[in-house]
Amino acid sequence: MPAAACPIGRACLFTFGCTLLFTLTGCDGPQSTLSPAGTGAARILTLFWWMAGFAFVIWLIVFGIAVYASRPKRSSHSANASRWLIIGGGAIFPTVVLTLLLVFGFRLMADLRTTEGADLRIAVTGERWWWRVRYLGQKDQSTELANEIRLPLGKRIEFILDSPDVIHSFWIPSLGGKVDMIPGRINKLVLEPTRVGVFRGVCAEYCGTSHALMNFKVVVMQAEDFEDWLATQAEPAAAPRSALARQGKKGFFANGCSACHTIRGTSADGEIGPDLTHVGSRLSLGADILPTTPEAFRRWIAHTEEIKPGVKMPSFGMLPDEQLQAMAAYLSGLQ
Amino acid sequence: MSENTEDSEITVRPELRELPERRESLWLLILGPLIWSAHFLLSYITAAVWCAKVAGRTGSLSCARLAIAVFTLLALSGIGLTAWGAWRRHKYGRATVPHDLNTAADRHRFLGFATLLLCGLSFVGTAYVALGIVFFQSCE
Repeated sequence: MPAAACPIGRACLFTFGCTLLFTLTGCDGPQSTLSPAGTGAARILTLFWWMAGFAFVIWLIVFGIAVYASRPKRSSHSANASRWLIIGGGAIFPTVVLTLLLVFGFRLMADLRTTEGADLRIAVTGERWWWRVRYLGQKDQSTELANEIRLPLGKRIEFILDSPDVIHSFWIPSLGGKVDMIPGRINKLVLEPTRVGVFRGVCAEYCGTSHALMNFKVVVMQAEDFEDWLATQAEPAAAPRSALARQGKKGFFANGCSACHTIRGTSADGEIGPDLTHVGSRLSLGADILPTTPEAFRRWIAHTEEIKPGVKMPSFGMLPDEQLQAMAAYLSGLQ
Repeated sequence: MSENTEDSEITVRPELRELPERRESLWLLILGPLIWSAHFLLSYITAAVWCAKVAGRTGSLSCARLAIAVFTLLALSGIGLTAWGAWRRHKYGRATVPHDLNTAADRHRFLGFATLLLCGLSFVGTAYVALGIVFFQSCE
């Protein structure tokens, strides 16, 4: 019976179509491995397609054999043919396939970990539950920021990864593979972006209560734009311009925020929490969970523990709303 | 299928009573996987000690690779010899698989066949462990 004339067939087609639609929407976006924006991700995607192709062929063979075995008029095979089917299909074929995949995987891994010829070095530390990012320059100079990584297009970037507390895992699905960040150990990863855009990085290893809220933005820029951006990030914070922001700066120091946060160009030099020197210029707040609008800053300061359970920073909801708004104006103005 | 005529001979031929399985020796069965696990441990310990104590974090694996290559040759030779012995046990007499009769001769053949299969698995496993040093040349 044609599907159009059968209500059950139409329902099946509709369900299948909806499922396919929802599935395909996951193929693109800022953190899709199926939409690579880096050489590493592209090679991993190639490996994925080969594995998916092999899996499909094996599924077809197994299904075909099952259909063949359940045919009505069956005849017996010789013992020799059966033995070779078992040895060939059950031992030799899987061994050859596994060997090919292993060789491909080893070659890929060796290439992805080669740090020779890197154009830029970035040290990233995974902390519960945010990312400390330091752009390493010449002679021990570095520029620190947090929860956002910007990269120049077409350059090889070496990431130096570690953690002071628990195991995290650094992963930008659109750009390459993931690497664990293990306390007491330094791991390395090389990424080479091939497409300009804004992508999303995640922690890929469960690390505690707010693991799912430990993300970061990745911006791939043209090389010259990147140089300008990095030069700006290296500068100290600009002085607040409005009266409200100046009041907010006073509130920031009066409430002890400087004990945990650094704002270069001021006396705030705490190292427990993220560097806030140019926090207003970032694309997100709280490790990619809020925008960097004044209202989001106010909400973050007042309800920190509600927004990110288990975070070290206490909520400052007891402060008067005027002071919260002033501090939000100051922080969002740190461009 | 095993041949009952031969098994009936076992009861009367004294030399067949001296088959190793009469003493319930299973060591040959696990020799292949034992060599595989020893090779695995030795390879990783060698590389770890070399990188931690000699070459440093970014140093070359040079001597460690050579040592692992030697371990691999020895391990594969050991597994090969074990497999050869297993093959001879499997081929004992004129019976064929599945060697499932309750006789000394079939136990002898069964243990040989099982050992042979485990040696095949151990050979591939050992080769896969060694494949790492073909592609990775530094401790990094």
